[in-house]
Amino acid sequence: MAELTYIAGYPESMRKDIEKVAKTREKRTSYTPAAMTMKERDEVLKIHPDYAPGGKREILVGPNKGDLAPNEVVDLLEAYPLIDQGEVDLSRIDHDPDILIIGGGLAGTTAALWANDCGVPVEKILLTNKLRHGDANSIMAEGGTQAADRQVDSIMKHYIDTIGGGHFANKPDVARTLVEDAPLIMKWLCELGAIFDREENGDLAEKLAGGLSVKRMHSCRDYTGLEEFRVLRDEFRTRQIPYLEHYPAIELLTEAGRVTGAVLWNLETGDYKIVRAKAIIIATGGYGRLHIRGFPTTNHYGATFDGVVLAYRAGAKLRDIDAVQYHPTGAAYPIQIVGYLLTEKLRGSGAQPVNADGEAFVYPLEPRDVEAASIIRECYVRNKGVTTPTGLRGVWLDTPLIEIKNGNGYIEKAFPGMIRMYKRYDIDIRKDPVLVFPTLHYQNGGIETDPDGRTNVEGLWVAGEVSGGVHGKNRLMGNSTLDCLVFGRKAGMSTAEYVKTQKGERKIALDHLKPYVQQLQAAGVKQTRRAPIILPDYRGKAVLARVIDVF
Amino acid sequence: MEENKSPIMERIAEANKAATTGIDAKDIKNWIKIYIMGKAYTVPADLTILTAMEYAGYKFVRGVGCRQGFCGACATVFRKKGDYKLLTGMACQTRAEDGMYLVQIPFSPAEKAEYDLTKEPYEASVLIKYYPEVVRCVSCNTCTKACPQDLEVMDYVQAAIRGAFDSLSETSFDCIQCGLCAIRCPAEIVQYNVAQLGRRMYGRYGQGVPDHLRKRVKEITEGKFNEDMDKIIKCSIEELRKIYTEREKEPE
Repeated sequence: MAELTYIAGYPESMRKDIEKVAKTREKRTSYTPAAMTMKERDEVLKIHPDYAPGGKREILVGPNKGDLAPNEVVDLLEAYPLIDQGEVDLSRIDHDPDILIIGGGLAGTTAALWANDCGVPVEKILLTNKLRHGDANSIMAEGGTQAADRQVDSIMKHYIDTIGGGHFANKPDVARTLVEDAPLIMKWLCELGAIFDREENGDLAEKLAGGLSVKRMHSCRDYTGLEEFRVLRDEFRTRQIPYLEHYPAIELLTEAGRVTGAVLWNLETGDYKIVRAKAIIIATGGYGRLHIRGFPTTNHYGATFDGVVLAYRAGAKLRDIDAVQYHPTGAAYPIQIVGYLLTEKLRGSGAQPVNADGEAFVYPLEPRDVEAASIIRECYVRNKGVTTPTGLRGVWLDTPLIEIKNGNGYIEKAFPGMIRMYKRYDIDIRKDPVLVFPTLHYQNGGIETDPDGRTNVEGLWVAGEVSGGVHGKNRLMGNSTLDCLVFGRKAGMSTAEYVKTQKGERKIALDHLKPYVQQLQAAGVKQTRRAPIILPDYRGKAVLARVIDVF
Repeated sequence: MEENKSPIMERIAEANKAATTGIDAKDIKNWIKIYIMGKAYTVPADLTILTAMEYAGYKFVRGVGCRQGFCGACATVFRKKGDYKLLTGMACQTRAEDGMYLVQIPFSPAEKAEYDLTKEPYEASVLIKYYPEVVRCVSCNTCTKACPQDLEVMDYVQAAIRGAFDSLSETSFDCIQCGLCAIRCPAEIVQYNVAQLGRRMYGRYGQGVPDHLRKRVKEITEGKFNEDMDKIIKCSIEELRKIYTEREKEPE
């Protein structure tokens, strides 16, 4: 391969395509393709990775036996535990809190704060993290948080947008809690000192996003999740709530069908800790790092589905686990940032998807699955995508349009993170478009809950992405950080009430594993498949071929 | 079996292989040599420091988090070939270059003050009260040079000393709290924690809860929407579909 010549970050071959985008820009300033009809949506969705054949199979074991789920998900549900029953010494309890929270993103941290607010003393709470406190998808949420707090808006409108975006599969009472508590959460964040984008008069600045009927998206530049989280973590640390880092949970402990504790594993030294608790909140997030259907992901390193794996073995029911969210606009160039998130707020602020001929081919704010499927169709069916030097295809996201619509200097103010990410590769998103392709983004379904985050298993609550029901088959932008905050709070409050009523002695055991393992054996699952996987493996193949395990 | 396959999905998976599995040497044409804690490794040319180290065989359990420049976990110190300077960056955001010497910083111990925001008056002195060392700043600008986000760190430290909450918040807002400023600071200031307190003060007292939000929370608490919500959650899917498709959209 000859050395490539780069002009302002792009190789010459792509420059020619960029010129086509620039040529049609003027015309496109006043033209937006019409939103699709429901019928057109159904048609394009056939090519969405969730509906294209070959991606799913039936689950053979557990509470959701017979349901369809992505192959990568089923692989982990149909997997043997990392520990055998006799292998772990349960006689020494290392921590004995009232509430154990597994996972310290927005949901887990919020749960800890509200449990404490509801009277659980800090020393009776323990938060454990797989990596550091806050290494979570929460802090990567760029675009915003929805809350119907303008007078032209209403919580009913928020509800309808949420349900429609979710293909009417959402659990109604849970979705109701999401929208009803949203303004309350915004007020709580403001009081804790989170800094949101404001209008001149001090009102919260709010924007449109995919599938929204009203401007309802609150943001903190393009660092919304980061700002929300670091404020909560600061409050958490200030209250001195106990927490562990680099201690993922590798199994739950149970007694006669209720969850009573967890086995934590020291990621660095390999030894374990036993925790007994009266209530457990799982807030471990989603599964982007499973790379479903071979897609790159926007997710953080630890997004490996652990929480669902553990809860499912303990008897927790799942729902909507077949529905995967692909974010329409992941980076497709340069190779170093493939799959990284380009926030929907870019389209909310006027950026248009544009094909290789410089044509705007889709309404920029369709719900995510429809928008993503349209981009795949443009690249692989209509063959109007742009191919990168490494063979990836994508379409342009015409970011310079944002400044034409909102004035010079707007991108720098609203998208400092995006500018920074591309500047490292000599690309100026104010002058040139960026190449995008859908990327694995969100676990739409998960562990089923009631409006308090309570599962069907006694003693077990869940909050955030790990849960299922609130978003139906497809989550809207701005409802994920909201989900974490609303149901983190609910779970914290609800467990605080529950633990006050729990006086008796509780045993800890791994008894629930035995029948599960029997089901696996009966289904003929290979003994070598084990879960949770905790972290993905990106080591080079040449090295792995020569590794010798000595220690 | 043919119906159970999607050629398009297979092509997409193949094209993305480098980002989803370990890299296979046979797919790589251009190579560079880097030194990880002094040891030489040959790695593909188009990688970040993080992915180059993974290619070399490191499986990270520390010094890694979001992998996309938001969490601040993968602070790294490096030196380029023929350059005397020690440079800093995020391993996931910095391109690996031929001849680089590099090391990860897995952990930055730093002091964090404890305070109850609701009991602090909105006064300039609060930052000095909790972080008195901030006045030791000698304006050397080392923090600014160390910042992987290219923030004007020294400027916001000066704003903190003056108690200028608004400019402190504005300047420090994009901070990912990686700790590189604090590690390099000769005055041993923990800049990012000072900024965190300052921003929270500004958020709570400088910006506060706007009236429209206060009003909506009051309406919800008083049950203004209960009846409508009771009705809407009982709607059939057909009814909801109708409301959804006929709903009006606010113009951009």
